[in-house]
Amino acid sequence: MKEGPFFHIGRYIMWHKTIYQKSGNFAMYYRETIRQMYDIGIGSLPIVFIISIFIGAVTAQQFYYQLEGTAIPTYYIGYIVRDMMIIELAATITCLVLAGKVGSNMAAEIGGMRQKEHIDAMEIMGVNTSSFLILPKILGAVVTIPILVCIAAIVGIVGGYLASVPTGLYTEFDYVKGLRSFFNQYYVIMMFVKAFVFAYIITTVSCYQGYFVKGGSVELGQASTRAVVLSCVLLLVADYIIAVLLTSG
Amino acid sequence: MIKIENIRKSFGDVEVLKGMDFLFEQGKTNLIIGRSGAGKTVLLKILVGLFKPTEGKVWYDDRDFHAMDKDALRELRMEVGMLFQGNALFDSMTVEDNVKFPLDMFSTMSAKEKRSRVNDCLERVSLVGANDKYPSEISGGMQKRVGIARAIVYKPKYLFCDEPNSGLDPKTAITIDELIKDITVEQNITTVINTHDMNSVMEIGDNICFLDKGLIAWKGTRHEVMDSENQNLNDFIFASPFLQRLKEKAKK
Ligand SMILES: Nc1ncnc2c1ncn2[C@@H]1O[C@H](COP(=O)(O)OP(=O)(O)O)[C@@H](O)[C@H]1O
Ligand SMILES: [Mg+2]
Repeated sequence: MKEGPFFHIGRYIMWHKTIYQKSGNFAMYYRETIRQMYDIGIGSLPIVFIISIFIGAVTAQQFYYQLEGTAIPTYYIGYIVRDMMIIELAATITCLVLAGKVGSNMAAEIGGMRQKEHIDAMEIMGVNTSSFLILPKILGAVVTIPILVCIAAIVGIVGGYLASVPTGLYTEFDYVKGLRSFFNQYYVIMMFVKAFVFAYIITTVSCYQGYFVKGGSVELGQASTRAVVLSCVLLLVADYIIAVLLTSG
Repeated sequence: MIKIENIRKSFGDVEVLKGMDFLFEQGKTNLIIGRSGAGKTVLLKILVGLFKPTEGKVWYDDRDFHAMDKDALRELRMEVGMLFQGNALFDSMTVEDNVKFPLDMFSTMSAKEKRSRVNDCLERVSLVGANDKYPSEISGGMQKRVGIARAIVYKPKYLFCDEPNSGLDPKTAITIDELIKDITVEQNITTVINTHDMNSVMEIGDNICFLDKGLIAWKGTRHEVMDSENQNLNDFIFASPFLQRLKEKAKK
């Protein structure tokens, strides 16, 4: 039996019907959702901090170099760093990293449960495992990942500051003036839309890879890798689509 | 009571089960026996609904399993317990949480009631005081007991065990067999056990079906096994030369 891409797309879509059919006590879903929020949210804070501080710093440094000797005033750098972080880098870079961290983790966790017959055991008890195992992860991710992205944007802007003001590229006054110029709230909404969609893609795609895994540890490793690669690719495709949709008209 | 009628199952072009009829009786330990790869696990998974048969029917008393709607199925699930070959204990949970899981998931009991039910079950399988241990910290035999406790915590009417004593030493294997047998009689459960262990066959085989080449090649009780004329069954049960000599002796 050959399972082509259309088979997977079809099954992925049909699977959503079961995910949203809750079965079992609310308290268990609640507990699991809180656990996921903690794992994804708190667990990812350090990496998000480190990544975004450097992304912000590099952006500031690079643009200073690009703009040096041009007629564009240096305070534009604050403005560029801010918008780069909010419009694109915070959501995309953070989520690409989280696809690696959270996605592979979810695929391995659920795939392991499939292989150790935990999923079968729950099904026999009457648990709708698609729902009980996946829904809390989706909820956890779509709540915490946008918050992480928001934090990333702020930390990135701080990173830009740290890379330029203490090193004497330009003054704090310039940077802050840039930050406060040409602000468009719409970009923040765009950032949250992206973060939400990316979070959804990472969780569902990775859980799909784990949930339907077959075979043994080799297949589990492959599923985990596939979860990350597919999440990243789909995330970038979605990034482009959102950019087109939200900036046209 | 569980009844199967003309159960067939194919994977792709390979037909693993080729039409089986059997009656698994209530209050008895019903054994499905056969060599590795004979299709025992497949048949058990069809019984509990993890696989759909290609053809045939499974009756839970007067309920046609594969024709039930979602609500009826959910109700039936509450009456079913299963012990997996690899135990399938949730390894990030303690023994107590494992056993309590079905209650946490579905019951409306208070925390206190749940605890006392869990402790009753742990006591029944002689695991008093193991509540806070993790599955990785206890022996294979104890893990089986936890699996049994979890399977019976909801007071099932039907109990399924896939090779309950594989991987255990003979002595532990026998105690597990006896435990399952006792619980079956006490609680008047319809118990179905997969096994290729000839000790189990002789000790707890109230009803036995022997799977061979995709068919039920022999049916009977443990008392009838000795006198069976089926050559494949004899080869299977009395596999070692030692057992064959014993059988010859017994006949004389
Ligand atoms: N999911 C599956 N897909 C394809 N073939 C399977 C599947 N499960 C079991 N089989 C085949 O069915 C046969 C019986 O397997 P099984 O029931 O596991 O044997 P056992 O009696 O040892 O439990 C084997 O030949 C096995 O390869
Ligand atoms: Mg088997």
